[in-house]
Amino acid sequence: MFTFRHAQKSIQLIDSFLDKIDQGIIIFKEGVNNYLSGNNESFLNNLRTLSTLETEADIIRRKVENILYTQSLMPQLRGDIIRLMEELDNIIDLAKKNLYQFDVEVPFIPAELNQDLSKLTELTVAACESVMPAARAYFRDPVSIKEKIHRVYLYEKEADKLADAIKRKVFHDMPNLKLSEKFHLRYFTLHIETLSDAAEKAADLLSIMAIKRTL
Amino acid sequence: MLFLVFISSGLFLGWSLGSNDAANIFGTAVGSKMIRFKQAALIASIFVILGAVFQGKGGAETLNSLGAVDALAGGFTVSLCAAITVLFMTKRGLPVSTSQAIVGAIMGWTYFTGNEADYKVLTKIVSTWISGPLLGMIFSAGLYLLVRMFLAKAKFHVIKLDTYIRISLIIAGAFGAYSLGANNIANVMGVFISAAPNIELNFGLFVLDGVQVLFLIGGLAIALGIYTYSEKVMKTVGNGILSLSPEAAIVVVFSQAIVLFLFSSVKLADLMNNIGLPSFPMVPVSSTQVVVGSVLGIGLIKGSREIKIKTMLGIAAGWITTPIAAGLLSFFLLFFIQNVFDLQITSTLHKAVAAPSEIIESGNNLMQFDLILPGILMVTAAIIVLLIFIVLRQQKLRLKTENELLIHQNQLFQAQRTLTTLEMNTVQSANEALHSKLEARRKEFIDMAFNLTEQRLFLEELSTRLDESIEAESNPEIRSKLYGIQSLIQQKLTFSREKETFYGEVELIHKEFKMKLENAFPDLSDQEKKLATLIRMNLSNKEIATLLSISPKSVEVARYRLKKKLGLEKDNSLMQFIINL
Repeated sequence: MFTFRHAQKSIQLIDSFLDKIDQGIIIFKEGVNNYLSGNNESFLNNLRTLSTLETEADIIRRKVENILYTQSLMPQLRGDIIRLMEELDNIIDLAKKNLYQFDVEVPFIPAELNQDLSKLTELTVAACESVMPAARAYFRDPVSIKEKIHRVYLYEKEADKLADAIKRKVFHDMPNLKLSEKFHLRYFTLHIETLSDAAEKAADLLSIMAIKRTL
Repeated sequence: MLFLVFISSGLFLGWSLGSNDAANIFGTAVGSKMIRFKQAALIASIFVILGAVFQGKGGAETLNSLGAVDALAGGFTVSLCAAITVLFMTKRGLPVSTSQAIVGAIMGWTYFTGNEADYKVLTKIVSTWISGPLLGMIFSAGLYLLVRMFLAKAKFHVIKLDTYIRISLIIAGAFGAYSLGANNIANVMGVFISAAPNIELNFGLFVLDGVQVLFLIGGLAIALGIYTYSEKVMKTVGNGILSLSPEAAIVVVFSQAIVLFLFSSVKLADLMNNIGLPSFPMVPVSSTQVVVGSVLGIGLIKGSREIKIKTMLGIAAGWITTPIAAGLLSFFLLFFIQNVFDLQITSTLHKAVAAPSEIIESGNNLMQFDLILPGILMVTAAIIVLLIFIVLRQQKLRLKTENELLIHQNQLFQAQRTLTTLEMNTVQSANEALHSKLEARRKEFIDMAFNLTEQRLFLEELSTRLDESIEAESNPEIRSKLYGIQSLIQQKLTFSREKETFYGEVELIHKEFKMKLENAFPDLSDQEKKLATLIRMNLSNKEIATLLSISPKSVEVARYRLKKKLGLEKDNSLMQFIINL
């Protein structure tokens, strides 16, 4: 009747899922920096690790989904929890996809843009990293979510600003680049930036979920 | 039997109570799918019956003091009027309480029979209609504050919290059901107390008197209401009026259970009296109204969001409309029953107010039944049924798992079969390709053999004509030249190079056949083996003759000898034998 065992297992799985996302974000940052500094071997290593983490996160998410529905745990909250897990999973999915795009398309990045792109990655990753404590808080202390997610919005806004600045620099101040190279750089700036958008989406969901739980 | 017919209206009222009021206890839990209906119904039924049997007398005594309905027909009419009022108002969506309906109906009976109504008791009862919801509000507000504080400090994981909530909902539900049975059984069976059977059932651990047996029957009617009709109500309530958070739902159910318990526990009242505190009156109160009060209490804590003035006004209107409607109906129906059916609706024997215990004790011929052995047997049977149920359930689960495994294995087998079929198809098409290649090669050989025969015939003709020319030629120089040509033709007539190539290719293709032939008939000569191979290629005697540099007649003889060596009878076909080898 009482699903203590399943509850315990779900808790472990959710914790492990959040760990995977957290690790994935760090690896993404490492990967981009390695690409920018030309450490190809380390970059490939990062790519492999991120791919493994993404697959594992997917498997865990499906397991949790399965337990929550088959054992009828938290009928009122499970929809929200699964949506939150999907949003977080989306972050690591995007991170992996972006890193793969670096590997496949091998964009040419002028040396003067290295620092800007590295900074953009840092801001984006900071936005994603700030979602994680809020996501963990949802499960134990929903009241504290509000004081955690404001950082996400701040980093996301900063990342947006920097991305715009990079694009402006590419199209206005770099006449030596070919138009195709400019487009390519614009896309890669956009790719990195989407990660912070995904973090913002997760934060939006979390703030609604927090209100629902404290009602 | 007549007794059962008369109490049928009470049983109907009990059914109606079970189908409506169980939703107040398990509505949120079932509506939010935290507990399955079957579990909720079982727990509610067991505890309602327990509450009714062991703690139901308090409320019944008060109702009896309001107006002791002392004849079966009177009790039937009173109960029926209450039931009709409840049913009518529920159908119309008006707020209604069984307690208020029964009080109104009893008052109708009191006025009709001319008995003196105890206004002191009436005031006491009416005061609980207000104090019940009010107490519910106070308890729920206090409990909600405590629960909120505790949860804020404990910081449980949301999944663990869900498990604790499920357990708490079951405990609260069981307590609520017990209190509902204890408090509201008086509404269902209170008016029939005077007609309670004068018996005593001894179960060993406990003894049930006549009133308790009556309450047991009433409790069963409530349980029937829970099982047959409350699922729909629970789901409506769970997703409608009481769509509270699970934590709030626990608080509401607990507050309601506490209020109903307070208004029905004689022991608690005695205890309070003993320590000099005013005790709660033993009065049946409306569980629905206490629940509404409790919800309002939570609303107060959360900032009045849940307070609906319309609901409150509805309840207040119910305090007036329900008893008046039930009272009027009771008055007119009693008139009808007495004058049309000529049934006795009151008895002169019990003019004085009598408590149920006194009624029971007043009986002279008390029948006592010793049910220890049947009780033990029943408990044993229940345990056995439970064990069988558990074993069957386990078996069902195991079968389900095995079935799933079987389905999985079957899927695997099907996939493997498809794969094997595919492989077989590939092999078959490869074989077919090989076969057609072989056939083409065989045709090539036949053409080759045919070509050789043609060439041989042509060269023989040429040689014959050349012989004739040599005979006719007298010039020795020319004759010598013609001899030279004749010798060249004779050399060519052997076709040794072509034949070598031909045999080389044939042996390559018929390697397997040659091996089989050598193993089965080691005595065969090379020439005979060659002949067998050529026969297998379905070549004519003429073609074989060319290839073996012998005449067709010799081929026939060689075939005959080969047939003998292979041990074949006259009727057996040599060709068929060679092909089948």
